[in-house]
Amino acid sequence: MAYYEHVYIARQDISPAQVEVLTEELEKILTENGAKVERQEYWGLRNLQYKIKKNRKGHYSLFHISGSHTAVEEMERRMKINEDVLRYMTVRVDELPTKPSPVMSRRDRDDDRRDRGDRGDRGDRGDRGDRGPRDGERRERRDRN
Amino acid sequence: MRKPFMRRRKTCPFSGEKAPKIDYKDPKLLQRYVSERGKIVPARISAVSHKKQRELARAIKRARYLALLPYVAE
Repeated sequence: MAYYEHVYIARQDISPAQVEVLTEELEKILTENGAKVERQEYWGLRNLQYKIKKNRKGHYSLFHISGSHTAVEEMERRMKINEDVLRYMTVRVDELPTKPSPVMSRRDRDDDRRDRGDRGDRGDRGDRGDRGPRDGERRERRDRN
Repeated sequence: MRKPFMRRRKTCPFSGEKAPKIDYKDPKLLQRYVSERGKIVPARISAVSHKKQRELARAIKRARYLALLPYVAE
């Protein structure tokens, strides 16, 4: 028995209800193959950071799975065929987290913007780093003086 | 010759107690370790320990794949 975290992104044009149906279908595939879905999360319609198959947004869902890899493989095979699934990723983990994912807690757009500002600050720091060697040169010059 | 201002060495933000857990599902946290352009900030700038930097890089790459973080940001 192994633990897996599985995230998949569904097309933006389908409704949350349809996502739920899709999620149930996938869950069924898993249970039929002897795996258990320990927890399921729906992160909602989120903005994608880049376009995937002409989609700007996507419905994110997460599974916490305990079971064998064969079940996961079967589900991934079905996901490849399903055109509503933009992307999926399964990660094997040593133990399943008990708390809800960090994305669930605060995912408002205002928050996003605030964070972008933060990132800007960090970005500046990054630039400073790139200039590092130049600073070094300057330091050398000062030392010479 | 030492310069008058000596900056204290920053410590790794992921080591010690109450340190945040590196998780690819946490774009808010990961965004702080990515430049404006979307590049991973080198550990010498962010002062993340080598071990944690590897973990962080892996998380950022996973987040990029899931479109939680950009590969390139304009």
